[in-house]
Amino acid sequence: MSITTEELQIVPVGTWTLDPIHSSIGFEVAYMGGTFRGDFNDVDGRLADGRLEGSARVASVQVKDENLEAHLQSPDFFDAERHPVLRFESSDIEREGDEVTVRGEIEIKGVTRPVELKGTIGAPTPKGEGEVLAVNLETVIDRTNFGVNWNMPLPDGKPALSNDVELTATLFLNREA
Amino acid sequence: MKLLAISGSLRRDSHNTKLLRTAEELVPAVMEFQVWDRLKEIPPYDEEDDVQPAPPAVAAFRAAIAEADAILISTPEYNFSIPGQLKNAIDWASRPHATNVLRNKPVAVIGASTGAFGAVWSQAELRKVLGATGARVVDADVALGHAHTKFGENGELLDEAARDQLAEVVVTLLAETPAPQLANADLLGEQAREARSVAGNVVAA
Repeated sequence: MSITTEELQIVPVGTWTLDPIHSSIGFEVAYMGGTFRGDFNDVDGRLADGRLEGSARVASVQVKDENLEAHLQSPDFFDAERHPVLRFESSDIEREGDEVTVRGEIEIKGVTRPVELKGTIGAPTPKGEGEVLAVNLETVIDRTNFGVNWNMPLPDGKPALSNDVELTATLFLNREA
Repeated sequence: MKLLAISGSLRRDSHNTKLLRTAEELVPAVMEFQVWDRLKEIPPYDEEDDVQPAPPAVAAFRAAIAEADAILISTPEYNFSIPGQLKNAIDWASRPHATNVLRNKPVAVIGASTGAFGAVWSQAELRKVLGATGARVVDADVALGHAHTKFGENGELLDEAARDQLAEVVVTLLAETPAPQLANADLLGEQAREARSVAGNVVAA
């Protein structure tokens, strides 16, 4: 199948469903002078009619310590009991070559706010009978805007955890044949 | 339905226990109000002892928390912080961390002290500790300073403002408690209902 230049300038048509195995949705936050990373294992998403939407289950958060996973799910952080799902839905997608800007709204801990994600988008690649599309997106949010306020002062008085959190999404989207 | 009340003070004539007894008058009749008075029996935390079966007082404490729909803790302040026996009990209850009985449990913290500030620093540290356990710490407080002057001969709270604050704490705590029996505001205690009405009027004003 050939792909014309014109087709590359827009978001591919059709319905593309997130491949949750190869995709990863996670976060990075400055913590005690370093960077702390986490991922959500249970994610869902689709690109259809020029609209990108996705979700991640808070209970599936994965970091390298189960006690920390429990704390992240607690009311101190995401409050998985009351707000079990993080959501994103685009309102506007702009593409220039391989670069893409996705604007929309993100919902964290029951708070929905506008957000702009930037990244790259590949060309659809044949996979079996269908195709796969790779999209990489990231943005930085202030977690306190979503009520995720936990912190702890370090011995020097500075906060242990940054308010700015980088959200990263490496998405592989499949179009069925 | 049960509200578990924990006094951080072991003393028989404890101001914090009296404060909890005042709270008992403010909760709806449909709620069982259990004051936990066995903190002294809980041994010092030792991971080597943190096995099944747990020490009897620890097992009972964990069960009481697990069975409670909400928890109200009244703490004194020792050296600007949480009394050791209360922190020790919470440390026991918080294990194993990922599945501990305090997770998502609505908890309100109040406090009384003979000093001017009503255990505010101890309360702040206790809220931090409870947050770390995964408890749902509600945003409400009573800081009863000069507590030795605030109760009558029969343990009744003489400070009306503090009583109103306590009623607000109860209302706030119960609002966070996912119990269908509490969905109807008429089930709230008379005092709490009045306090909520007053709070509503303040907001309206």
